Amino acid sequence: MIKLDAKIPEGHISEKWMKYKSSMDLVAPNNKRKLEVIVVGTGLAGASASASLAELGYKVKTFTFHDSPRRAHSIAAQGGINAAKNYRNDGDSVHRLFYDTVKGGDYRSREANVHRLAEVSANIIDQCVAQGVPFAREYGGTLDNRSFGGVQVSRTFYARGQTGQQLLIGAYQALSRQVSLGNVEMYNRHEMLDVVKVDGKARGIIARNLLTGELESFAAHCVVIASGGYGNVYYLSTNAMNSNVSAAWRAARRGALMANPCFCQIHPTCIPVSGTYQSKLTLMSESLRNDGRVWVPKKMEDVEAVRSGKLKPIDIAEEDRDYYLERKYPAFGNLVPRDVASRAAKEVCDEGRGVNQSGLAVYLDFYDAILRYGRAEAFSSGLDPEDYATVKKLGTKVIEAKYGNLFEIYEKITGDDPYRTPMRIYPAIHYTMGGLWVDYNLETTVPGLFAIGEANFSDHGANRLGASALMQGLADGYFVLPYTIGTFLSKDIRTPAFSKDLPEFKKTKQEVEDRLNQLLNIKGERSVESFHRELGLILWDYCGMSRNAEGLKKGRELLRALKKEFYSNVFVPGELKEFNPELEKATKVADFFELGELMIVDALDRNESCGGHFREESQTEDNEAKRDDENYAYVAAWQWNDEGDPVLFKEPLVFDNVKLKTRSYK
Amino acid sequence: MSWISNFLTSSLGKKLIMSLTGLFLITFLIVHLAGNLQLLIDDGGEAFNTYAHFMTNNGLIKFLSYGLYAFILIHIIQGILIALKNRGARASRYAVTNRKSNSFASRNMALLGLLVFFFLAVHMGDFWYKMKFTNELPMVAYAGIGVEVKDLYTRVNMAFQEWWLVAIYMLGLLALALHLWHGFQSAFHTLGLNHKKYTPFIKAVGKIYSIVIPIGFAIIPLYFFFLKN
Amino acid sequence: MKLTLKIWRQKNSQTKGKFEVHKIEATPEMSFLEMLDVLNEEIIEKKGEPFAFEHDCREGICGTCSMVINGQPHGPMALTTTCQLHMRHYKDGDTIVIEPFRANAFPVLKDLVVDRSAFDRIIQAGGFVSVSTGQAPDGNSILIEQDVARDAFDAASCIGCGACVAACPNASAMLFTSAKVSHLSLLPQGQVEGAKRVKKMVAQMDKEGFGNCSNTYACEAECPKGISVENIAKMNREYFSAMVSTSDK
Repeated sequence: MIKLDAKIPEGHISEKWMKYKSSMDLVAPNNKRKLEVIVVGTGLAGASASASLAELGYKVKTFTFHDSPRRAHSIAAQGGINAAKNYRNDGDSVHRLFYDTVKGGDYRSREANVHRLAEVSANIIDQCVAQGVPFAREYGGTLDNRSFGGVQVSRTFYARGQTGQQLLIGAYQALSRQVSLGNVEMYNRHEMLDVVKVDGKARGIIARNLLTGELESFAAHCVVIASGGYGNVYYLSTNAMNSNVSAAWRAARRGALMANPCFCQIHPTCIPVSGTYQSKLTLMSESLRNDGRVWVPKKMEDVEAVRSGKLKPIDIAEEDRDYYLERKYPAFGNLVPRDVASRAAKEVCDEGRGVNQSGLAVYLDFYDAILRYGRAEAFSSGLDPEDYATVKKLGTKVIEAKYGNLFEIYEKITGDDPYRTPMRIYPAIHYTMGGLWVDYNLETTVPGLFAIGEANFSDHGANRLGASALMQGLADGYFVLPYTIGTFLSKDIRTPAFSKDLPEFKKTKQEVEDRLNQLLNIKGERSVESFHRELGLILWDYCGMSRNAEGLKKGRELLRALKKEFYSNVFVPGELKEFNPELEKATKVADFFELGELMIVDALDRNESCGGHFREESQTEDNEAKRDDENYAYVAAWQWNDEGDPVLFKEPLVFDNVKLKTRSYK
Repeated sequence: MSWISNFLTSSLGKKLIMSLTGLFLITFLIVHLAGNLQLLIDDGGEAFNTYAHFMTNNGLIKFLSYGLYAFILIHIIQGILIALKNRGARASRYAVTNRKSNSFASRNMALLGLLVFFFLAVHMGDFWYKMKFTNELPMVAYAGIGVEVKDLYTRVNMAFQEWWLVAIYMLGLLALALHLWHGFQSAFHTLGLNHKKYTPFIKAVGKIYSIVIPIGFAIIPLYFFFLKN
Repeated sequence: MKLTLKIWRQKNSQTKGKFEVHKIEATPEMSFLEMLDVLNEEIIEKKGEPFAFEHDCREGICGTCSMVINGQPHGPMALTTTCQLHMRHYKDGDTIVIEPFRANAFPVLKDLVVDRSAFDRIIQAGGFVSVSTGQAPDGNSILIEQDVARDAFDAASCIGCGACVAACPNASAMLFTSAKVSHLSLLPQGQVEGAKRVKKMVAQMDKEGFGNCSNTYACEAECPKGISVENIAKMNREYFSAMVSTSDK
């Protein structure tokens, strides 16, 4: 029986971190040199943690399965990073950022962690500027901000549409500096396949050298998992192709708990699936909904006609279109939050009114916006606002200035020109709020095993706000873990370096090797990819945007049957001890099967609707999400169990500083 | 002083040497053309021969000319070494290459340079060597200077009656034009001068230069071949 | 559409490679990499060995995908990575030749996968600002003119894919190295150690076995992010002035 202790420090919420920081156990510099830390992953969290720990004097070993630490998927984040700087003098503060994040997370996150996140947010910006991150600037040379995702202040710092890239390159450069100083040993093309525990504490990992295929043991005093989220369990997501849950899942199988795995964020505006060969989905910035109108045809014959290409969407008469968001949510219209917009799109497509061949797409139409802007422009420049050609030309220019780069990306991928025909969009899995359960120190239930960034569950509750993922990754890596890791390591200053020849390492390595050989020896008929695709579909259908008990149960059965087939019929070509991308995929998919099942179990347990998790049983009369604070204000931390059902441990959530409210967008 | 050798043997240092020697040679071409255009003066060669005499006997010019020879040699040798290293940097070649991503001239600087070099050898063997190191040239006296001077003009006239030599000159100058087409702007770029503001100007001047100068040189053999007998 | 693919097959860096010919049926909506996914699936179905190629984000930002397509790194479309290239730019009956990035400094590891760790080592040589966590002053205490921030961003938008090396007739890494030198030397934070940085980075670049730059600008033409060769000119300036101004012997 595990007792969950979040180790939240005493005191008022605004003082907890400060006081804790100044009273926690430290490790003296001469001792730091003797202590080794393994960091798995080099995204924002992993790279920043590796660099900061090395700067402090710890001996760091950092692992990535990529060919270079700079490739981690943090690089693809577009929008920006939040920080409570109040540079705009618009009333922003640490408390406001804290409040927005807790509320945005639909009251399923831990107050103390979120407040700490808000506190260190400002330091992140300073650090990144000092590293040379080229944030957008005002004419006067000060940092520029933009507003994001429904909050009332402008607190998002950005570097064009490539903020994630610039922040990651900053962290990568800090990491590179420590590599050059000999403080970090960098292991590229190494994939962590297991955690090694010695006397119940995490003391190392088994990693596969992806080039040679050799299994290698690495020992240290503690292990940090920074391996990102698990959105790829759905096969199609906006995650990178190689993003996976394996590092976190292996930790979970060694005794760490997986918290709130069913909390996945779905982004409403992605480029839809165009065929069965599709490998991933591309996000289109949410800002498009400011001017685009979402619709599908009313009549089924029009749906058939646009699908087969006989009819162009612009030829469908106004009265034959269903602007369903405007119809259902007159107050917010096309600007309802991500989860609401996503579910509404699913509903109309479930009715059969999806507008592409797969039936899974809706229109996002800029025609009205072009005319509206065009008329205003014509009027203000003294031209005839009734002249269609002029108006269209002027309006197109305005839209181009606002969304030109997004329209370009869209055209590059689809070949359609969104100035002339409506975009086709569909929701897609984007981010996972759930992850390894960690306490205030970011330590899992396995002593010495830490989890940071998207890999942990800690700060976003049931829904993440825009521009907060980058903030959390860097907060954990630069400003939280380097301190809190001391609480564990300060007890280990007399522990000599561990040998990787200990029996624990040999045993774990053998287990990994057996597991890989098992996959190689199945020699069945189906490719790994085909299993992954099918697994993704099951989860999308039964544990996707909208969930119900019956579906979840059915999904679990289907998943188990598929898993069984996987272990008897998968074909993995090649050998263990060589460069073998198919084997890599197979291990990831094997882990996704187990995680997927846990997600279903978690979703089934949580019979309320909150944030990204919508249970059809828990909705208001007008089909809106209904949270159940009385019964579900807890973190669901799960222990995997090979023999039977996963075991649930609950961490009750206490809200002393924010008042729980219900969201409404009518 | 190891920094100097470090500097000059680094890839950027080598580039700098190519650029500086190249720019010197570019300047030389202007002087050379200006002098040689005197061949077109219809005075039986007096102006040109007087000029040639001055150029081969003046102490300062002599001194400068050794610098010029050195620069030519450095430019050639360094160029060949760089080209060999560059070729070696891709041991396994592409099956398909895209010719549109860069210009013919820029890809083939070493080849063009070698062609120019062979042309230069022919050119110098014919005139410079004969002028400086042999007594094959007839002597001629002009009122303007007190001594007899070598009649290089007549030698030039004779030489350019041969169609094949004129052809070599045309090809050599074509190679030179292409070499300059890339080399001119490239030399400035290497020095760090590349900016939206002034690079279009440098490029334009370079293109005009690489057309005008070789044409200027080309006129001379054509003039003798077609108009002088 | 029916296509003929000539794809490079190479077991590892020690062995010689050769082209293999495959026929494939593709649709115009597919991305280039999805077409290769389909090919690999077909190969696996026949119990063969799929082609190894690197890819990750498939959004054109991580820089993992490589390969030279009909002589062009990242294929025929300007400002487009391989992962964003779509099959509608090809037509029925086309033959496509797919090769790895070729350069001694980027040895082939398997099929289309090459080792680009030389780039990491160039950054490790000095492509950073020496500031440790916690040492930073307030973000707005360093004012940076908007245009300068823009230029620094343009240089910093390099994705480290190596197309510049692949495209360069000399396999030179000047565009990559200069983009980082430029990015950091444009900003006041980076100028402090600018001279030291450029010297170290150039020395490392030379050590890695890349060719010399001969200003053909093929790198700029093929760069999927449109990094300008002006950065190379800037690095030359920085390097020359660093060489003559620093006090080392």
